[in-house]
Amino acid sequence: MSPTEPKTPTPASVEGPAGPAGQRSPKRGPGRGSSLTQNTMPWWIGPVVLAAAAVLGAALSSLITFSLALWFIFTAVLYVLISYVITRLRVNRRKATDGFWRNLVYLAFIIALLPLVSVIWSVTSVGLPGLLEPGFFASDMQGIDGSIDQQSQEEGTPVLGGIRHALIGSLLITIAATLISVPIGLMTSIYLVEYSRGGTLARAITFFVDVMTGIPSIVAGLFGGAAMAWFLSVGSSMGLPLPSRSTMGITAAIALSVLMIPVVVRTTEEMLRVVPNELREASYALGVRKWRTILKVVIPTAISGIAAGVTLAIARVIGETAPILVTAGFVVSTNWNLVQGWMTALPVYIFRQFQNPTSPNFSDPSHQRAWAAALVLILIVMLLNLTARIIAKVFAPKKTGR
Amino acid sequence: MSKHIETRDLNVYYGEFLAVEGVNISIAARSVTAFIGPSGCGKTTFLRTLNRMHEVLPGARVEGELLLDGENIYGTGVDPVTVRSMVGMVFQRPNPFPTMSIRENVLAGYKLNGARMSKSQADDVVEEALMGANLWNEVKERLDKPGSGLSGGQQQRLCIARTIAVKPDVILMDEPCSALDPISTLAIEDLIHELKQEYTVVIVTHNMQQAARVSEKTAFFNIAGTGKPGKMIEYDETATIFNNPNNEQTERYVSGKFG
Repeated sequence: MSPTEPKTPTPASVEGPAGPAGQRSPKRGPGRGSSLTQNTMPWWIGPVVLAAAAVLGAALSSLITFSLALWFIFTAVLYVLISYVITRLRVNRRKATDGFWRNLVYLAFIIALLPLVSVIWSVTSVGLPGLLEPGFFASDMQGIDGSIDQQSQEEGTPVLGGIRHALIGSLLITIAATLISVPIGLMTSIYLVEYSRGGTLARAITFFVDVMTGIPSIVAGLFGGAAMAWFLSVGSSMGLPLPSRSTMGITAAIALSVLMIPVVVRTTEEMLRVVPNELREASYALGVRKWRTILKVVIPTAISGIAAGVTLAIARVIGETAPILVTAGFVVSTNWNLVQGWMTALPVYIFRQFQNPTSPNFSDPSHQRAWAAALVLILIVMLLNLTARIIAKVFAPKKTGR
Repeated sequence: MSKHIETRDLNVYYGEFLAVEGVNISIAARSVTAFIGPSGCGKTTFLRTLNRMHEVLPGARVEGELLLDGENIYGTGVDPVTVRSMVGMVFQRPNPFPTMSIRENVLAGYKLNGARMSKSQADDVVEEALMGANLWNEVKERLDKPGSGLSGGQQQRLCIARTIAVKPDVILMDEPCSALDPISTLAIEDLIHELKQEYTVVIVTHNMQQAARVSEKTAFFNIAGTGKPGKMIEYDETATIFNNPNNEQTERYVSGKFG
């Protein structure tokens, strides 16, 4: 027995999942003084294996028919297998299994990311030309007819028409929906967290909020239209000067708020629940009333989460198509008035440009506008998500001040 | 400024569960009283009834009378918020408001209630309260930094400053040193000695040496078994409780034979 060998069996020296200890001791050269060291792999082995796998994968896939997808699959499989075998031979089984699963997790992550990257890439590459068209943001579709589109497709004149009306419609409708949903949703969650004490009413509210989360958006749209039509008929029978048609921006906002309220309730409820009870009690102990405690202690402590949740709820409804189509309709001109006349939103605009191109036989300009509008929509949603993060960061309680 | 406390047959419930039974105690003004006893015997529960914090929990209620200078705080028509502004409380874990600076934390009792005060008035209140909590010299340079950036002991003294800033009559302390190191504990104990000049202080503690060091009178609470109500076994001068208790349970507890 060499002096480096452990005298008594320790958990590390007996045979374990890492393999028998005896296998390692012969490799232990004179340069390795410590009994804790084992074979390690040089840092460059990973990139080299990846390069080899890429080359082999390219060769294998060109044997069938070369395509990027096939190349990716072969490379991934080869890389995982080769690095497992090398680690198994050079180090030990435990390290090899560890590396194997780690590679699988990375692979799953890459696969999960692929659709997102691909969506962003395709929308950007197809939509960018339309976006850079002069006047795309500044003009609406008024006066754009089939002959203009035919001319730009056949003779290469600039594609006219833009998304001004849709952008304004989307923003107005979403802001109105937010103004309706946030107070209702926030107050509901305040009731649930601060006042309900787990009673029957609270459980009923939680149940119905859960049901509301699952309402198909088209149903919310139909509800919004029907509710507004009923309201208008009741109002006009009382002699109020109301518009006769229920198709207008505010109806769409009501329909969207049906979708938005449950999201707001859920997120703000979570945020209010994580506010420590100690802070409420500290406030009560200072002789502060409950509503002031909620207003000045609980909500400020949770404000970052609440703001982020609201922003994400906005991002969720700004892409809705069906409820806006059935409640606010579709027009080609800009409408600033939420309570009068039809209104276009961005998703509806995209839908219409694809489904009913301005010139049925020369649809390229319409498709270009649709893709550019889709790019704008994605950018808005990304911007909202970014805003949510910034808000969460800015309003977060200050952790340290040392 | 300071008021005496007297309870008459006070029963404390969590829903139907009787947690503390039949407490009769008389706490003098301008004194320090310690509550000791094994875990779960109802010391903290009883302490929380002294400023009506107990009923914040769902289903919690109190029977009996609790007189603050002769006025029953559980009488009909008494607003618990008024009681709490007279009886301040310091909690086991330091809990400064994380959204507020040190200065705002001290002023929380005024600011949260929407009181208007000039800047010089506010400065006076902040300085006086922080001086009173022995914290002024440590934080006077960084009053606008968040309170959560202080050390645990400083945070606890900030919470005491916040409590004395609203000038209560009674200060309740629920194991104020259990999360602190010996040096911070010493600072708080010194502070309790000073607070006694102006306030009635009631402190719950698990540390018998601490009770012996800071208090003039000590109440021993005990529980007969799980599910049984806690009771006040003995209430006397601290020296008597620790050296020559009348009750056998008290003697066994303070000599470390159980609990």
